[in-house]
Amino acid sequence: MQYSEKVMDHFRNPRNIGKMDNADGVGEVGNARCGDIMKIYIKVDAGVITDAKFNTFGCGSAIATSSMATELIKGKPVSEALKLSNRAVVEALDGLPENKLHCSVLAEQAVRAAVKDYCNKNGLPFSFDVPAEDRSGCPNCS
Amino acid sequence: MIDFMRVYADNAATTPISRAALEAMLPWLSEKCGNPSSLHGFGQEAARELSASRGTVAEAIGARPQEIYFTSGGSEADNQAILSAAHAGARGGKKHIISSAFEHHAVLHTLDALSAEGFEVTLLDVHSDGLVRMDELRAALRGDTVLVSVMLANNEIGTVQPVSEIGSLCRGRGVLFHTDAVQAVGHIPVNVEEMNIDLMSMSAHKFHGPKGVGALYVRSGVPLEPLIRGGAQERGKRAGTENVAGIIGMAAALREAASDMGKNAVYVSALRGRLAGALSKIPHSKINGSQSRCLPGTLNMCFEGIEGESLLLLLNEYGIASSSGSACTSGSLEPSHVLLALGLSHELAHGSLRLSLSSYNTPEEIDHIISCVPKAVSRLRDMSPVWEELENGKRKHCV
Repeated sequence: MQYSEKVMDHFRNPRNIGKMDNADGVGEVGNARCGDIMKIYIKVDAGVITDAKFNTFGCGSAIATSSMATELIKGKPVSEALKLSNRAVVEALDGLPENKLHCSVLAEQAVRAAVKDYCNKNGLPFSFDVPAEDRSGCPNCS
Repeated sequence: MIDFMRVYADNAATTPISRAALEAMLPWLSEKCGNPSSLHGFGQEAARELSASRGTVAEAIGARPQEIYFTSGGSEADNQAILSAAHAGARGGKKHIISSAFEHHAVLHTLDALSAEGFEVTLLDVHSDGLVRMDELRAALRGDTVLVSVMLANNEIGTVQPVSEIGSLCRGRGVLFHTDAVQAVGHIPVNVEEMNIDLMSMSAHKFHGPKGVGALYVRSGVPLEPLIRGGAQERGKRAGTENVAGIIGMAAALREAASDMGKNAVYVSALRGRLAGALSKIPHSKINGSQSRCLPGTLNMCFEGIEGESLLLLLNEYGIASSSGSACTSGSLEPSHVLLALGLSHELAHGSLRLSLSSYNTPEEIDHIISCVPKAVSRLRDMSPVWEELENGKRKHCV
């Protein structure tokens, strides 16, 4: 198994790391038993994500995918952030090892959960499904 | 600013090759080209060297040369020992095997294959200290038990089993006893006679020998069937032209490890003791396995609120090579079966770190590890939502 240089860069120097006080939306996904939890915070102004931060418990790729996901949604309208796919996160990181792809799904899920939280807090409709994370084969989750 | 230091602290995975082993091997990788099965001078020279190596390996473990079978390594030796003993038992109507819950996968997966063939397998509990209990083994033995396989020292946590007692009990009951001694040979005294061992697996690269070579000890009179057929090598029990250079390197490394064992064990234990003392000051950390019955160089710890693979990667950034039993390093979504067998929670097992030292490590290297691990743990805890919940009381600390 090998990580790309991009993954290692985001692991070594994670972007947007830390808690956000007074976040407009917070999304937390994963569980400690499986070994990864991602928490993404967003600040929203006039429908645009003006800032994003994250805290992650997990492996190198979990940290790198959260870092990249926050980079990809910063400055984007909420509607566009909702379209962020795990594929886009993987591509932006120049690929992930096969057994780490679930980390990118977790990142996509965390972004949507944060947006959902923002919508709920502001009485906005949220029609997107938060996709189920693929944990087929994980005995703790099935 | 100090110079960047590289520290190899993953000696339970593999060790650097010793100078003695390398020098012994080099001629056999260049001008000395004979096949030990050939009758000409080149071949006979190789055959003589092979025979001398067999004698060296035998002497180091208190065996006779004809009881040593060279293999490709520990995994092959484990497979052959267990399959062979099981099939011999089955011929006499015995189809029960006892082993422990935290064996190497070379043992556990072979036992899985035997279960599928209709064998019954009992795995002994290793308790929170990583040691099997004699009374539980005694209770597990049955009339149809053919084999007990319990590792001498564990590869992840380094605990050393009461092998002499196990061997003696098995010998008294007429049950074969196999031990995977891959982590022990060359590091702690191992004597197959005194320990009542019938079958024992060894691997050269764990004691500063080359990779890809190992040996299986089989007590005279214990039946052995080949895994690899097709030649008369190793008295018909392991076909294939011998890895001559590898076997010679293994013998040279083991001779050196055996003669320096006392001195190395004292030195490495002291390094490990200092490392364990310093790292256990990290809050909410835990050392895994018995500390009174353990290998000189293996230290396994858990740190709450972080995940082991990211800790390993961060330590690598500091130049330190280590290992982890987290799910992310195991290639599955489950953390190490060894740590789970000790009764650790999944959450805690994900945050494990193994540092394994050898006599090649220096006190300065230990200082470097001692200064870097707390920094790495803090950095990961600072970004961990699990640690945040542990600290604000939403989640309970368990260590």
